[in-house]
Amino acid sequence: MLSRTLLLGAASVLAMSSFAHAETLTIATVNNGDMVRMQKLTDDFAKKNPDIKLEWVTLEENVLRQRVTTDIATKGGQYDVMTIGTYEVPIWAKQGWLLPLDGLGADYDKADLLPAIDAAVSVDGKLYASPFYGESAMVMYRTDLAEKAGVKISEKPTWDEIADAAKKMTDKSTETYGICLRGKAGWGENMALLTAMSNSFGGRWFDEKWQPQFDQPEWKKALTFYVDLMKEAGPPGASSNGFNENLALFQTGKCGIWIDATVAASFVTNPKDSKVADKVGYALFPTGGVENHGNWLWAWNLGIPAGTKKAEAAQKFVSWATDKAYTELVASKEGWANVPPGTRKSLYANPEYEKAAPFAKITLDAMNAANTTKPTVKPVPYTGGQFVAIPEFQGIGTAVGQQFSAALAGSMKVDQALQSAQALTTREMTKGGYIK
Amino acid sequence: MARSVTTQRKLTFTILGWAIGLLIFFPILWTFLTSFKTEGTAVATPPQFLFFDWTLENYHEVQNRSDYMKHVTNSVVISVGSTLIGLALAIPAAWAMAFSPTKRTKDVLMWMLSTKMMPPVGVLVPLYLIFRDWGLLDTRLGLVAVLTMINLPIIVWMLYTYFKEIPGEILEAARMDGASLMKEIVYVLTPMAVPGIASTMLLNIILAWNEAFWTLNLTAANAAPLTAFIASYSSPEGLFWAKLSAASTMAIAPILIMGWFSQKQLVRGLTFGAVK
Repeated sequence: MLSRTLLLGAASVLAMSSFAHAETLTIATVNNGDMVRMQKLTDDFAKKNPDIKLEWVTLEENVLRQRVTTDIATKGGQYDVMTIGTYEVPIWAKQGWLLPLDGLGADYDKADLLPAIDAAVSVDGKLYASPFYGESAMVMYRTDLAEKAGVKISEKPTWDEIADAAKKMTDKSTETYGICLRGKAGWGENMALLTAMSNSFGGRWFDEKWQPQFDQPEWKKALTFYVDLMKEAGPPGASSNGFNENLALFQTGKCGIWIDATVAASFVTNPKDSKVADKVGYALFPTGGVENHGNWLWAWNLGIPAGTKKAEAAQKFVSWATDKAYTELVASKEGWANVPPGTRKSLYANPEYEKAAPFAKITLDAMNAANTTKPTVKPVPYTGGQFVAIPEFQGIGTAVGQQFSAALAGSMKVDQALQSAQALTTREMTKGGYIK
Repeated sequence: MARSVTTQRKLTFTILGWAIGLLIFFPILWTFLTSFKTEGTAVATPPQFLFFDWTLENYHEVQNRSDYMKHVTNSVVISVGSTLIGLALAIPAAWAMAFSPTKRTKDVLMWMLSTKMMPPVGVLVPLYLIFRDWGLLDTRLGLVAVLTMINLPIIVWMLYTYFKEIPGEILEAARMDGASLMKEIVYVLTPMAVPGIASTMLLNIILAWNEAFWTLNLTAANAAPLTAFIASYSSPEGLFWAKLSAASTMAIAPILIMGWFSQKQLVRGLTFGAVK
């Protein structure tokens, strides 16, 4: 009896150890279209790596950020691969929360990454996250409305040019509004646009001593311009419009000009969802008297938390999901227009992609024009284009965004909004130890 | 004359009741309808109410993308488990406070309630570290423990108010007849308090079912309940209203159906009293 029990025990131990060879990676990711597509294509990864099993945790951006931050800060080790934005990469890399990606294999070809993206996910020349898709911001406008109004938008427009065109395109009797811009409060919503806009007017968030700059003429000029333009040529209730709402407005033909993330181009030109698919023209992000196109740059990237025990398998996965072969896999299954854009030079040199995506060239130009290491005309102590890459920015950015959204709604004057933005940012930065 | 006034009144109240009911129910109805639309019709202006091409595409898509049954099982285990353990702890506690109060009973009750006043995020990191060290992260056991503790004050408070309504003399009478403490609680108190206990239980299952802070932060892939399932479909930039509606409908369906069946119990419990 005893020997039989022992035998059984030994057998189960053996069985267990053979199980242990199959590693399970837990991947935390945002739920946007490209990421969901990746999840569907995992069969290809499983075929190439039969000894690695994948578990997906797909979440909404804000929930994901909160959950992943807790885990990585406490070295909880629940996740082996996580999707993070360009905002987190430099902050987390400096904290030692991310593993440097040095084992991505020979096929990865780091030199193929777009320089702006490479700079955004590297710290001291080392790659800390691998870009999955990237975006900048640009002008999208209705070519038919522009023609009707008798205006021309140049390839590198100024804000005055945009304002003039927007006012002429507006026809409130047919619910056609010249310009749609983000107004919903949030560091990733209206503040992304307004920070880029302030950059293009020569403004900056902080001077070299971390003093907030909302009391300077550049911010006043940018915000006044934004509020006045939106009042005259924007849709009603603009202070609650984010990316999604503006996309719906543009797709249904209610906007003349929309200035937002380049990734929107593939949605507005998709005839399945958009009524204006064949009437969209593009231009670079406008400038306001200085040579600065806003420096908007964002990418979703795959990073490996320092707490993982499966670093090798995790790198294998990251490499599969972000190398050139993955682009071809998506193209073969879903067509070239659906491949994740904005990370690699080779994609933009591909004639098939250019044919499928008429916005490819302008997207590339916009991304190349963005410089997140020197985002403003005047010197700054921070990096980041449409955001400031410090941990406190989520809170400060959203609070300031609420003031500016109120100014747009008309419940606050522009001067008032700037004053309270200045006061609250000074307070938070003093608390954070930046202002001595 | 008097009769017609009453009828008129009845009619007015009925209409008013239905109107308010429909108003409150409308978002759920709208979610349900949207789940059968295509993404295009979901955001169409003017909104389409009933006459659109009904489709099951969203439900297929949601089924393909996530493991619904796993999330439902987790939700059921977590909400029912935490409520049952909570009741087992709270019934004796509420009995003691209702029938043998001391000088400090009120303070104890207030102290229990005060734990609910702390924002949960304040204890997230310490709790996360404890969970990490005890290997409880992403386990149902861990979530049951947390939700039990979080809802315990509410369970105790609710039971305490129900027990308070039962005259102590009835229990005394049982004692006179020689019932032991155990018998007194099981055979006398509990049957009389069944409506109260039932509604406490139902309310807590609903609370635990909907709890979205701890269930999201302490789980990853294995123990994630329906809250995590929903969170994978909403998005600040999301374009998928129809899919989100399908996921929402699937997430609230079990608890909604349970609520319908136990409506009578709930209402009776909320208006419960020994003398009524």
